Amino acid sequence: MYKKAIQQYAWLLGMMVCTLASVALGATDSVERWGLNMTEGVTPLSKEIYGLHMQIFWWCVAIGVVVFGVMFYTMIVHRKENGAKSSNFHESTSLEVAWTVIPFVILIIMAFPATSSLIKIYDTSESELDIVITGYQWKWKYEYLNQGVTFFSNLATPKDEIYNRVAKNPNYLLEVDEPLIIPIHKKVRFLITANDVIHAWWVPDLAVKKDAIPGFINESWAYVEEPGVYRGQCAELCGKDHGFMPIVVKAVPENEYDLWLAEKREVAEKIRALTEKTFTFDELYERGKVVYEKNCVSCHQANGEGVPGVFPAIAGSAIATGVVNNHLEIVVNGSSKNVAMQAFRDQLPEPDIAAVITYQRNAFGNNMGDSLQPIDVLNYKNK
Amino acid sequence: MSSDSTYYVPEQSKLPIFASLGLFLTVFGLANWLNGAENGPAILFVGFLVFAFVLWSWFNIVITENLQGLNSTQLKRSYVWGMGWFIFSEVMFFAAFFGALFYVRQLALPWLAGEGSHDTATETLLWPGFVAEWPLMQTPDMAANGENAKVFGPDHSMSFAEASSLWTWLPFWNTVVLLTSSITVHFAHTGLKNNNRKQFHLWLGITVFLGVVFLILQAEEYLHAYNDLGLTLSSGIYGTTFFMLTGFHGAHVTLGTFMLLVMFLRAILKGHFKHDDCFGFEAASWYWHFVDVVWLGLFLFVYILG
Amino acid sequence: MAHGPAKGITRWLFTTNHKDIGSMYLWFSFMMFFLGGIFALVIRAELFEPGLQIVEPEFFNQMTTLHGLIMVFGAVMPAFVGLANWMIPMMVGAPDMALPRMNNWSFWILPFAFAMLVSTLFMEGGAPNFGWTFYAPLSTTYAPPSVTFFIFAVHIMGASSIMGAINIIATILNMRAPGMTLMKMPLFVWTWLITAYLLIAVMPVLAGVVTMMLMDIHFGTSFFDAAGGGDPVLFQHVFWFFGHPEVYIMILPAFGIISAIIPTFARKPLFGYASMVYATASIAFLSFIVWAHHMFTVGIPLVGELFFMYATMLIAVPTGVKVFNWITTMFKGSMTFETPMLFSVAFVILFTIGGFSGLMLAIAPADFQYHDTYFVVAHFHYVLVPGAIFSITAAVYYWLPKWCGNMYNELMGKTHFWLAFIGLNLTFFPMHFVGLAGMPRRIPDYALQFADFNMISSCGAFLFGAAQVLFLFNVLRTITVGKKASDEVWENPEGLEWSVPSPAPYHTFSTPPEVR
Ligand code: HEA
Ligand code: HEA
Ligand code: HEC
Ligand code: CUA
Ligand SMILES: [Cu+2]
Repeated sequence: MYKKAIQQYAWLLGMMVCTLASVALGATDSVERWGLNMTEGVTPLSKEIYGLHMQIFWWCVAIGVVVFGVMFYTMIVHRKENGAKSSNFHESTSLEVAWTVIPFVILIIMAFPATSSLIKIYDTSESELDIVITGYQWKWKYEYLNQGVTFFSNLATPKDEIYNRVAKNPNYLLEVDEPLIIPIHKKVRFLITANDVIHAWWVPDLAVKKDAIPGFINESWAYVEEPGVYRGQCAELCGKDHGFMPIVVKAVPENEYDLWLAEKREVAEKIRALTEKTFTFDELYERGKVVYEKNCVSCHQANGEGVPGVFPAIAGSAIATGVVNNHLEIVVNGSSKNVAMQAFRDQLPEPDIAAVITYQRNAFGNNMGDSLQPIDVLNYKNK
Repeated sequence: MSSDSTYYVPEQSKLPIFASLGLFLTVFGLANWLNGAENGPAILFVGFLVFAFVLWSWFNIVITENLQGLNSTQLKRSYVWGMGWFIFSEVMFFAAFFGALFYVRQLALPWLAGEGSHDTATETLLWPGFVAEWPLMQTPDMAANGENAKVFGPDHSMSFAEASSLWTWLPFWNTVVLLTSSITVHFAHTGLKNNNRKQFHLWLGITVFLGVVFLILQAEEYLHAYNDLGLTLSSGIYGTTFFMLTGFHGAHVTLGTFMLLVMFLRAILKGHFKHDDCFGFEAASWYWHFVDVVWLGLFLFVYILG
Repeated sequence: MAHGPAKGITRWLFTTNHKDIGSMYLWFSFMMFFLGGIFALVIRAELFEPGLQIVEPEFFNQMTTLHGLIMVFGAVMPAFVGLANWMIPMMVGAPDMALPRMNNWSFWILPFAFAMLVSTLFMEGGAPNFGWTFYAPLSTTYAPPSVTFFIFAVHIMGASSIMGAINIIATILNMRAPGMTLMKMPLFVWTWLITAYLLIAVMPVLAGVVTMMLMDIHFGTSFFDAAGGGDPVLFQHVFWFFGHPEVYIMILPAFGIISAIIPTFARKPLFGYASMVYATASIAFLSFIVWAHHMFTVGIPLVGELFFMYATMLIAVPTGVKVFNWITTMFKGSMTFETPMLFSVAFVILFTIGGFSGLMLAIAPADFQYHDTYFVVAHFHYVLVPGAIFSITAAVYYWLPKWCGNMYNELMGKTHFWLAFIGLNLTFFPMHFVGLAGMPRRIPDYALQFADFNMISSCGAFLFGAAQVLFLFNVLRTITVGKKASDEVWENPEGLEWSVPSPAPYHTFSTPPEVR
């Protein structure tokens, strides 16, 4: 009876190994496979940390070689089957002292470079650019302090790739709609916080990992030496989509950075102008669909059905099919009952709020037929 | 180390598994209740009954066994160890809450106010206008959001105001009551040791009485806080730490008083306890001293240095 | 009192016998190990390939959380308590545990607590999904409603642990046979004594932190809410004040087991007994002042960071003393490699590897790169699986003949060992690589460059799982049809437990043995 079960289990294991082999052999895509070690990174500090990592690693290897060396020697030589007779020694103060002192000394040797690196990491003074980074469930907000530029950065990998319906691109899960742009050769300071739960902002190439704690601001910094695109991920469990809130940092030469900044300001200006505009229903619906798919699907799902018991459905929801003002209220100010439904007041510009509400009231079979203009949202906000 | 030659190993017992069941039903019911399920209170009630009944029988058996002389000196020593380390575990429980208090006062609040090692932007960007003070009357939320805040501080604090009002200050009298009760329970103990039953009964009775007085005063204090001072569990971290520390202490006083009351009833109704065999009473009195020491910590860190 | 076991189910339900209770603990823990293992297999199956194929992220997080909780509180801790129940009275020459009824109570709380914990899987909103470290506010304001049940489950299993620890302390300090001085106690007894102190000191703190959560969730307090003047990081301090000693609770008894087995199969007394005792005590002491090494990235002030880094590094010294003593015990012995010895030797090697990665994690600047990656997952599985689990397995093989009177099948035992050894290294070694290459932990899906190593890990996990089924089979076979074992079982093993018949009588020492 259990033979069958064993056979099946073995078959399963066999299949796994075969897949493994074929994947390994057929690997031709452009991602770096079999990456073994920490990145050296692109800042002076990241290189220093890499060096520290390697140094302690080799210390451990060396100790391991000695310790396991003795161990294997005795296991091979002092076997009963080889005729070994057991001695009876069982105490030696000098040995005990030796193997207390020697590791202690090794530890002190390790502690010096570690301390000096740590002190450098903690020196956030004299930064040339400050960026406030706020973690949200599940996206990042970047605010260039005193520069008038703020935006959100969302995962850009399509659901189809995640659910294996189409082939995955090389930057699978590590791509965002709007990367953080920073200038090279500048000391950039990151002021890191969160809006809801704890997240952690981590970019290996910058050797920056700092927890984003709601209500507190942590700081960290980077001085990037090479232009390029550096990818990282949220590194603190923050709920359902913790695995889906990547970070992309693009380091560019200063003039390019300035151009980008100016452009960003212009775009913001344009969106602000849209608040005055009157949209047609179809414009609102189309825009709303885009906004919904970017900001709301992670909880309310693409089909508007939500996640039972966790996130309510929009399809047929009392609020989305009820009085418009209640709908406006929960989107603009969030829910006090369940704070996971955040306030979108400052996250989305008025046109987008108007659009997404219009969309929700008319999609998923909620055929309410009504719509909302940006100016209505503005008035509601100012009320 | 033991030199006794016989050990008493109790027979099988139905108590433990029913104690577990009772405990389980109690917390299961409580959890249901807190989550708004309708049957919660009922389950809690049943669980509590089971648990209380088991404890009753359990202590009954332990006492009977002792009276029958089944308990070796070794077993008695085990009881002593048991109670001692149980009290130590309670100390660690309080340590967690005291630790929280110190952490908040010494580190978290200054950080929120932009001092110390977190960035000053914590104050300027997140909680503009917030000032660290203790007792915390204005929460960071109030400082930043004024009327729109969700977490408000209290209108008044409970800490010691000025020397002249000492005699009208309730916590002071609470301290007096509790300290006195520690002394009276000690008198009861010496009475018992000297085989002076009368002294034993009298002082034990007084101790129980003082325990009750303390509890009444504490209830008075809570009512005052809730009704007159706007100080509640939800008035920011000050209300939080104030009520959690004094509340858990109060719960322990209740338990301690109950324990002493049981000992008192055993003593006067059944004539239990002998000068050389009074573990139950001693355990209760250690517990009482422990509760007293915790109060001293509270008095100092919550009221005086508050 | 010389009565044998009662008949039928009541023997187990109402027992006050340390051996019965020990067996129940061990079986319970075995069941939990399988349950936690099945959750791990769900995790590994999902991580076999990039993309979401088997479970949704929400459920994946529940699996990770329950896997961690069940393995730690349901598998490893009860297993050690079970071994303590079986062995400590025998080792110190006592008839039973000091407080036998309370002993049974400690056990029976556990099935209820874990039933409640596992039942959250079927509740609306799902089981706890915030990791076994349940950081606030993800576990408070943002938690599913089942968190309330989780909190109470932790409360009562904490009560169980505290009672168990008190019992063990009372037994060791009060029930030793005449002549059994403290410095004559077997190391297993010593390590458990110290572990029991750790338990009593930190379980109440865990109870405290979950109580704070309960209050924040249901009663509007602000412990972990900056808006009211609290701090989410406060949660982490209190949790890790419990959590770090907790990980030593899961390894100190293992040290004791290994210190019993290696001398037996090296046929040579344990080297450096006294320094082993002192080393254990130092580890326990240090464990109280290193907790923030789990929080290097939360923004602790520089001096704090340095303090916790140095203190953590120091633990390598007493732990090293233990490793060196074991190796010197083997040195110039006359060794054979029966199954318990194989597991013990693997323990020493692989635990040391896990210790090395622990030391690397302790270096704060480097931890900024390691933290919350699979490098950490690799570290703690190396200390927990070939650490705690291997030591428990070794203990079962070593003492099983004493418990049931029958000898296990050596060939099957060795097969179990080699499958487990290979499976485990296949599973957890590659995790070092993906971790260093940048794969965060607690994610249901990952970038393509991590694919190959994850696939190896998943295969290894299923192999390791299969090996455990063999273990179960071997144990059942031994109990039912195994060959009769001798009283000494091994060649001249040390300890009082070998001076009684196999199987050990229901009440071992009704008159205390004389210890010289
Ligand atoms: C049994 C459990 C166990 C044990 C024994 C240990 C042992 C150690 N652990 Fe581990 N640890 C865990 C279980 C354990 N750990 C768990 C579960 C986590 C993760 C929790 C979570 O986040 O979910 C964790 C996480 C963890 C972290 C946090 C990582 C992070 O999240 O960023 C750190 C950091 O310092 C750490 C360090 C150490 C150290 C220094 C030891 C030391 O005790 C190791 C000492 C041993 C040796 C060093 C080897 C032998 C010594 C020699 C041969 C002597 C010579 C050696 C030298 C001089 C180097 N551990
Ligand atoms: C002692 C503790 C312990 C033990 C023994 C294990 C054992 C294992 N762990 Fe565990 N693990 C933790 C403690 C432990 N773990 C902790 C604390 C965490 C952190 C959780 C968190 O992040 O919050 C963690 C996290 C963790 C992760 C990371 C999850 C994530 O970050 O999302 C992974 C991933 O591979 C993993 C895998 C495994 C595997 C494959 C085993 C294997 O060794 C398990 C092998 C056992 C079996 C497989 C059982 C045998 C049973 C069968 C084969 C069933 C078949 C039979 C029938 C169906 C009848 N563990
Ligand atoms: C992080 C998760 C999350 C995101 C992202 C999110 N919501 Fe919600 N939403 C919730 C939760 C949780 C509730 C339930 C609130 C409650 O119970 O009060 C909710 C409720 C609602 C409701 C009321 C439904 C009902 O009938 O109860 C509406 C309308 C809504 N959200 C709109 C939106 C819009 C529009 C967006 C995007 C712009 C969005 N949500 C993004 C979590 C989210
Ligand atoms: Cu955000 Cu994890
Ligand atoms: Cu630790």
